[in-house]
Formats: sequence, structure tokens, C-alpha cells
Amino acid sequence: MTEENLALEIRHVTKRFPGVLANDDVSFTLRKGEIHALLGENGAGKTTLMNVVYGLYTQDEGEFLIDNNVVEINGPSDAINYGIGMVHQHFMLVPVFSVTENMILGSEVTKGTSLDLRRARREILEISEAHGLEVDPDAIVENIPVGVQQRVEILKALYRKANILVLDEPTAVLTPQEAEDLFRVMRALTEKGVSIIFITHKLKEVLNVADRITVMRRGKVVGHTSPHETDQKGLAAMMVGREVLLEVKKAPAKPGDVVLEVANLTIEGERGLEVVKDISFEVRAGEILGIAGVQGNGQTELVEAITGLRSIDAGEIVLMGKKVPFENPRYLVENGMGHVPEDRHKHGLVLPYNLADNFVLCTYYQKPFAGQMLMRNHQAVFENAVGLIKRFDVRAPGADVPASTLSGGNQQKVIVGREFSRPLKVLVANQPTRGLDVGSIEYIHKEIVKMRDEGVGVVVISAEIDEILSLADRIAIMYRGKIVTTVDAKDATREQLGLWMAGVQPEAA
Amino acid sequence: MQNTISLPTPVSPIKHFIKKWGATIFVTLTVIVITIWQYSVDGRVTEAVLASTIRQSTPLVLGALCGLLGERSGVINIGIEGQMLLGAFVGFLVNVWTGNLLVAVFAAIFTGAIMGLLLAYMSVHLKMDQIIGGTVITTLAFGLTGYFYQVGLTTEGKLLPIPLGPLADIPLIGRAVFNNPPITYATFVLVILVHYVLFYTKWGLRTRAVGEHPRAADTLGVDVYKVRYINVIAGGAIAGLAGGFLTLEAVGSFERAMTNGRGFVALAVMLFGKYTPLGAWGAALLFGFANAMQTQLQFADIQVAHQFIGMLPYVLTIVILSGFVGRTRVPAADGVPYEKE
Amino acid sequence: MNDQSKNNEENARSFSSWLGALWRAVAVPLAAVLLAILIGAILLAISGANPFRAYAALIEGSFGSMKAFGRTLAKATPLIFSGLSVAFAFKAGLFNIGAQGQLLFGALASAVAGFMLKGLPPFLHVTVAVLAGAIAGALFGAIPGVLKAYTGASEVITTIMLNYVAINITDYIADGPLKDSAGGNIVARTPEILDSARIPSIGEIPVGFFLAIIVSIIVWFTLWRTTTGFEIRTVGLSPHAAKYAGMRVAFTVILTMIISGFLAGMGGSIESLGIVGRYQPGFNTGLGFDGITIALLGKTHPFGIIPAAILIGAMKAGASTMQFNAGVAKEITDVIQALMLFFVTADLIIRKLLRTREEDGEKIILSGWGQQ
Repeated sequence: MTEENLALEIRHVTKRFPGVLANDDVSFTLRKGEIHALLGENGAGKTTLMNVVYGLYTQDEGEFLIDNNVVEINGPSDAINYGIGMVHQHFMLVPVFSVTENMILGSEVTKGTSLDLRRARREILEISEAHGLEVDPDAIVENIPVGVQQRVEILKALYRKANILVLDEPTAVLTPQEAEDLFRVMRALTEKGVSIIFITHKLKEVLNVADRITVMRRGKVVGHTSPHETDQKGLAAMMVGREVLLEVKKAPAKPGDVVLEVANLTIEGERGLEVVKDISFEVRAGEILGIAGVQGNGQTELVEAITGLRSIDAGEIVLMGKKVPFENPRYLVENGMGHVPEDRHKHGLVLPYNLADNFVLCTYYQKPFAGQMLMRNHQAVFENAVGLIKRFDVRAPGADVPASTLSGGNQQKVIVGREFSRPLKVLVANQPTRGLDVGSIEYIHKEIVKMRDEGVGVVVISAEIDEILSLADRIAIMYRGKIVTTVDAKDATREQLGLWMAGVQPEAA
Repeated sequence: MQNTISLPTPVSPIKHFIKKWGATIFVTLTVIVITIWQYSVDGRVTEAVLASTIRQSTPLVLGALCGLLGERSGVINIGIEGQMLLGAFVGFLVNVWTGNLLVAVFAAIFTGAIMGLLLAYMSVHLKMDQIIGGTVITTLAFGLTGYFYQVGLTTEGKLLPIPLGPLADIPLIGRAVFNNPPITYATFVLVILVHYVLFYTKWGLRTRAVGEHPRAADTLGVDVYKVRYINVIAGGAIAGLAGGFLTLEAVGSFERAMTNGRGFVALAVMLFGKYTPLGAWGAALLFGFANAMQTQLQFADIQVAHQFIGMLPYVLTIVILSGFVGRTRVPAADGVPYEKE
Repeated sequence: MNDQSKNNEENARSFSSWLGALWRAVAVPLAAVLLAILIGAILLAISGANPFRAYAALIEGSFGSMKAFGRTLAKATPLIFSGLSVAFAFKAGLFNIGAQGQLLFGALASAVAGFMLKGLPPFLHVTVAVLAGAIAGALFGAIPGVLKAYTGASEVITTIMLNYVAINITDYIADGPLKDSAGGNIVARTPEILDSARIPSIGEIPVGFFLAIIVSIIVWFTLWRTTTGFEIRTVGLSPHAAKYAGMRVAFTVILTMIISGFLAGMGGSIESLGIVGRYQPGFNTGLGFDGITIALLGKTHPFGIIPAAILIGAMKAGASTMQFNAGVAKEITDVIQALMLFFVTADLIIRKLLRTREEDGEKIILSGWGQQ
């Protein structure tokens, strides 16, 4: 065993949560200077395992070896002391702090009783130069793009002299080109002796960058392999446990009349900057318009404005030929717009409510769910729920369980069921499959295409190029609050979309 | 078309400055002008108003410091009123028993700290709704002081002003600022100290991080619970000192419910001061000034029922809260219990 | 046959699961009350009193005779209203600490209607006077609702401040324009209400108590059986989802505060028309704050509030007997009440002691400061 030069060894780790076995006897080795991909679906237990390694969770069974010595990791400070650094999927940066303040938090340099920000700043510049990761130490984190925030996260780990680096879904917020840059940085780091655990569910990236691959499914390690021994299909089968359709089957679109028109929409954000600038587009019945873009380029605000959750500063929205009153979701519900929101816990569901109430969240006041004198009709509400649970294959013990007890995929099916079962003309789906397992993703994609084929005009917003490419008939690319260009999906390539998402202007031709 | 406004035009620095400080400067200038004008009319009244301003502002700024220490680390404290009241009561009792004012002051501080510990326990470990937790503190304080208070207890005296040499002879501000009892001086020092700790030290950086994004702090090895405990306890101690101010320095005796809502007004002061100690100080002085003017009004020969003058500070609080709360940036994790796993 | 027995079995199982749910619902408040009484006993012993004698006197004064029981119900009646007021606001995520102020306005308005409107038949006079109080409370409750909805000012602070405003204004009215001048009175109070406005008692049991029960049922029905109640609860649990669902969040916040104020105002009204017989400053202090304890002891459920209010009412009714018979200052009941509030809200302590799991379903979620 010891002839192998291991940076980290995980032996038989088991981690239970109430009702869930998140990691089941997981073993894993990381060689010095390698990039080891940890591949698995959402919910497979990758992040849990890394949180255990990083000391955020305590394992129920199992042990860790660093440089072949058994170590106890009781908290993030232990992990940091053992040279482990982690870049979390949701960045662990304080938005109102400067880059420097974020970098030194927890490992502050002081002069007397005061913070020595000047020295810290100098040290940060040195490290950032040494690794070719350029940042402005004085910038406030909430003002810098996500790509740069990620750089700050990596530098944070390096600042603490990490030689084991865990990157959790780092490419989720990047364009393909930015992802390539990240891979270059990762390789450069391994040459300097850093060992990297790369968590992802994206097959192409694994084959592209990893030295070795470990695949997890439902909390267990289901296999080890390497890019030479396998291909995308093989990895997908390992990851999901069955053959996966990598593409959505759909017939060519038959666009009809314009059902939704957005004209010259401008929105000011919370801090007085324009987050959506003069956007115009239209959607026809029976087509899917995909809006692609790196997270944080105004998509959230755009969707909130279209779906009535946010007021706008200029422009107009026309639904079925009628101008839409602003910030009035009720009007949209009654005039045929469905909305699958980006954040299903914040907007989509009332988690403590049972499924029956969640299924009528938007239509609770209509017949047959309410009768005379504001009275609710519980029987109709429950019958509706039982029907939808069956039709949309929601896995739940009954209509009377709280929505909070369901898995992410089933929660999303509740929302999809609620929205798709209304008579729709336009459907807006924002990140409809984020964080879901492959089975749920396939299901929801299929349902979206079905809505299109029934003549609904669909807008799908996603940061995942592959989702856009497989669903959309036309693709609009958003960058810094503007639509850079709109193209036919048939003519679009990943690379070209990536460039536009990074702000490269389309040629004048 | 009007929507050709593209590109985020950076606001000019002067505009930015006016937007940020304009209101403060305007209010300060107005107050200064009124004061100077008044001084030229009747110097003695002005000095009295200034001294009264400082006196009235002291418990408010201390309460606000208590509130902002908690909230900067993510714990809402609406139990300030109770912490003050119990601090005032215990300080008073200890003064009755020992006759030693210094011991009494520390007893008040200690009592506040214990109440801070209780709030921290409720909000950090029990993960209770913090607003209800604060209500529990206040209810408990009212109950305990009501039960244990006996009418007729008297003390040897109260903390007396200490003139700071020649400084106390400066016209206009000398008597108001440099001729105060010890807790008032301590308040001046505390404002500066809390400001320094919060914005210039390691502890302050961690406190603010925990109040904004506790998980981020946790992943860097910062003990979120410890930071919250210590800040809330320290805040409680300061609220206890405010209580001590009431019984040991301002009044010299205890009455039931004598805090009279100051602990709640302090929260408005904190919000108005945008969660900064110096801002809170300014806001507290403004409140104190309004109160002092109100006292003058009651002396003056105006035919207004005393009830209407008496409710002015509360109306002022409502107005300020309604006008400013939307513009104050509340720490992002304020009031949210932190779950480690 | 077989079906029959299976049905029976199912019924038995659903009954036992219902029993389990009931246990989980009442275990915490019950344990909280017992713990508070226990600690209260320790405090009594520390301060040199005999806790057994004190508690015996307390019980004698509240349940010892039909008359004592009637007094308990009379004390409990306004408390049911203030408990309902606070609980109703909780359902929309609002903390109405201002029930006290709304109650004062209700008490004053009812007393005024009670002595000013002359020549009305008793039933009509009582109805009009109660409505006057309820509407006054509703109007005063609307203020923090409007401020919250349109400026984001936290109702927690505005309602506390409005309590002071209410004390001052009602004090001014009772000491100024509407002061009782009969018999050379110098105390701040309004004239006595007419007999036609007095809420009668049936035997020892005040009629107001039945009104409180009826209103509790109406509140329950509104919250769980109507679309308005659905909107209120949705806004309380998730204002964002409520907006998404097309509900008018600002309107719901204001409406909730109006109803909450209405209920508090009714409590004040019952106090004036059924107990005090006029408005006199200082007679109603604390009733609104007791509402917080009662709402939480009753788990913010209308039917939980009734026993909670009777409990607190009993403590108030028995306090003077306790002071007289056992020589214990009656303020000890405030301490015990505060301890009940602590233990019922710090339910984690009790759950650990009793090893009961947390019940699912709707918890109170308050909205904190101005951050929605």
C-alpha cells in the first residue's frame, strides 16, 4: 500500500442523515499531484463525502489518512491545518467584504491588535501572481463576476497553503472557454504538487481533465476507471446504473402565432445599476426559446419581470396580444402563463404545506377549489392532488404529507404538475432541472417538449449549455443584461455559444 | 426612445458623497445652528439642553451598542429593554446592600451579561425565534423586578459628575461634555472601542462575517457559535451598564418599568445609525436632543397636554423607522439560527 | 365480518395516531406550565414564603368556589381575545406586540359608547358598544400594518412604540375631554357606562365568555376553511411563494393587522363593559402582553388559546386570595407566567426531557426586520 504516493486516503466512510444513508462504506484514494474526478449524479453523495473530509460533517464510521497517517478531522480548522482546501459549489464568500477581507478571514494577519490589511494585500498579490490567478484585492466581492469569485475561492485555499484541493462542481458557473481556463489552472497546480479532487456530474469534463475517475451512485462507490478505459456512454451508464438517453427526442418545431412579446425591457437592480438593458424578443406558440447565459447576467431579473414578481423601469410585455400589467402574477395565472421558478423553495412551494395545498397554490380561489363566500373545498383540493400525483409520477406517501418531506426531484414534479395542468399559452421555466437526478431531468425535459407540441410557447432559461442545446428551438444568449444575439438551435455549437456567453460580440455579418 | 440609457454610469463622487452623508450633514448643521442661535439668546438654557441631550442619549447609545453587537453577528436582540431593566434593578439592590457604587455598577453589568447569555443560549443553541426569545427576556425581567421590588428602599447616593480640569470650563460645551459622571465617560469610550473592535480587529472581521455569511466563516474555521455567544453576552453587559446608568447615575433609585421603552427606542437608534457605533451615537444624540427640547417645551408656557409631549419620542421613533429602515442594509444572516449540520 | 373488523382496527389505529398527535401538541405546553410552577415554588421558598400554602391559596381563589370560578372566567375572557389577536398575527408572520395599545383603544371606545349612547335597548347597546371597541382596535391595528406593508418598518418596534402612544392618548382623553366629573371625582377615568351597555352574567358565568368561545371558532374557521385564511397562512409561511401565487402580500399584511387589532379591541371592550364598567387608565395594563404568552402557550391555535387563557386568568383571579391568605406578593404570578413563556418557546429543552419528536406542520416564522 505505502509504495503508492498518496496525498489522501478515505477508508470505509459511512455517513447517515435522518432517513438517508448519504455515504455507505466509501473508500477513495488521492495520489499526489493527480486530478481525481469524483463523478456522480446530484444526490449521489459526492458533496457529503467531501464535507466529511473537510470536517463540516462528522462521519459515523471510517477514517482518513493524510500522507499515510491516520488523522482526526473535527472541523474545518483541522482540515485547513492538514492542507485541505475546498471550493464549494455555492461560494463561501461574504458578499459585502473585499477580496482581501474574504481571503484572510479565519487566518488573519495582525499588527498589534489591529488587522494588517496592507500586508495581507501584498501577500495576496504575490500568490495571485505566482499562480496566474488575477484578482483585485480591493474589489468588493458582490461586484465581481462569478468567474472571478471562483478565482478568489481557489486563492483562498492556496493562501492557506492547501496541497489537497477539492473543487465541487466548479464549472457550473462558467462558460466552456472559462472552464478550459480553469482546467489549465488545475493542471498547472498539479505540476506544483497540489492534488485535486474534482467533483462533477459532467461527463465530457471528466474525460477531458481527470487522471483517474471514481464514480458514485446512491452513496456508494460503484467503480473506478480512467479516461483511457471508458467513454461518455460508459460513464453515464456507471453513474446512473442504466443506459441514458443523452439527447432529448423531439420533432422539429411548428411555430405558430406570437404568444409572448417582450419589448425594450429595462430593469434596475437593487443597487441602482441596470441589470437588464433594453431587451426585446418574442416567443411563438409551439416553439421553445432557450435563454443561455452564465449565472448572474440578468436572467433572474428578466424572468421575475416577465412572471410578475418584479417591477420594471422601462419597456413592456405583451401576452396574447394584450399588454401585461406589471407586478401582477394573478393576471398572468388567469391569462395562461405558467412559471417554473428558479428557486423552488423560495417561490415554488410552501414547504410546510401538504402537497394538496401546494398543487392549488395559484388556483386555490377558483372553482372547484373554493365555493361561495370564500369557502375552501377540501375535497376538491385533495381529489385534484391525487390525480396530479398519479399523472406526474410524484413519489410521495400521500397528498397530505408536507412538501418539505419530498426529494428535490419530486418537489420539482409537484411544481411542474401544478403549472402544466393549467390551460397554458406560455410557459416560463427557469433552471427547471437544476440539482435534479438524471431520471427527473429526463422526465421534465420530456414534459416540456410535450407542452411545446401542444402549442404552448415555452421559454427555458438555463446556465447549462447542454440543456439549452437539447431543448431549445431558438437560442438567445444573455450577457451583462443584454441579449447578445439570437440563433436557430440547429446552427448553434457549444463553442460558439460559450464565446457569446463570455461577451464576445457576434460578427457583423 | 427613452430606454437608450445603457451602461451603468458610475455615480459621480460628489453625488455619491451627498447621497451617503447629505442627510447626516443637514441634520447636524441644523442642530448646530439652532444651538448657537439659542446660546446667543440664553446661554444657560442652551447649556442645560446640551447637558440633557448627553444624559438622555447615554442609555440609548448603550442600548444601540448592545443591539448592534448582537445583530452584526446575526442575533436580533429585542430583549435590550429587559436586560437594561434587570441591570438597573440589581445594580440598585447591590447599592442598597453594599453602599458601594463601583460594586453596584459591576453587578449591573454582570446581570446584563447573564441575560445576554440566556439570549445567546436561546438563539444559538435552542435555535428559537430570536424575536420571541427577546420577548421572553423582557417579560422575565418585568416579572422578576416586579416581584422582588420593595417600595421604600433607599440608597446612599449616586454617581457624581467629575469635571475634567480646565476642559470643563470651555463655554457652551464644557459643562455638557467634560463635566459628567463616570458611566457617561465610559459610554464615550465604549462607542470608540466598539467601533475599533468591529472594523479594525480580527474579532470584528469575524463578527461581521458571521453576521453576513456564517457558513463561509465556518468553512474557514471560525467558530460561529462562539462568536455569537461572546458578542451577545458583551452586548448584554453593555445593556446592563445602561441599566446601571439609570439607577446609579441618572435617578439614584429604582421604579417598576423605569426603562420606559428605552431598550426598544435603542433599536431604532441602531437602525438609524446604520449598524455602526458612530452612527448610533449620532442618532442617539439626535434623540437625546429631541427629548431635551421636549423637556424645555414642558417648561415653556405652551398649552399642550403633557401626554402629547410625552409621546413625542415614540412618534419620532416610528417616523424614523418608517423612513429609514428600507435604506439600512441589515446584516444578511440577522435573526437566522445557524445549523452546523 | 372481516371488513368490519379491519375497519375497526383501522379506526383504532387512526385513533391512537390521533392520540399521539394530540400528545405531541399538548406535551410541551403542559410540561412548560409544570416547570414554571416548579421554579415559581423555588423562588417562593427563596423569598421566605411557603410555596404549598401560596399555591393552595391561588387555587382556592381561582377554582375553589363557583364564585371564584366565575371570577376566573371573567379574567380569562379578555385574555382569550388578546391571545387570539396575537395568534392571528403570528399566522401571517407578524408579531403584534401592540395588542396592548389596540386593547386600550377598544376599552376606551366601548366605554364611551357605553355612557354616551342613551336610550338604546340593552342587547343593541351592548352590540354597538362592543363593535365600537373592536373597530377602534382595528383602526389602531391598521397603522403598523400599513407601515409594514408600505415602508417595511418592522411591526415589532412600531407596535411597541404605538403602545406608548396609546397609553398617552387614552390617558389624555380620560383625564381631559371625557373625564368623569360626577361627585367631585379627580381621578382620570370616564363616567360609568349605562346599565343597558353592561354585559350580564348567567349565574356566575359572564356572558362575554361565551362570546369569546364563539369568536375563537370563527377565527379557527377563517384561518383553515376560507381562502382568506389560506392567503394569510401562506404569507406567514412564505411571503415569496405568496407573491408568486398571485396573492396580495401587502394587502394581506394590513388585513391581518386590522383583524388582529379588531380582536384585541374586543378584548378591551369586554373588559370595560363586563368588568370595570368604565374606562380607567391603569386597569388594563398587561392584558395585551399576556396575549403573547397565551398565544404561544396555546400553540397559536384558537382552541389551544382558550385553556391557556383560563390558566392565566385563574392566576390573576387567585392572586389576591394568595396575597391575602399566604402573604405572597401577587407579582409572583408575572414571574411564573414569564417562565411559562420561556419554557414553551424553548421547547427544545422540554422535547429533550420528554423525548418527543417535533410535530410537523406549520411553525411560526417571523419576518425579522425590514428584509421581507
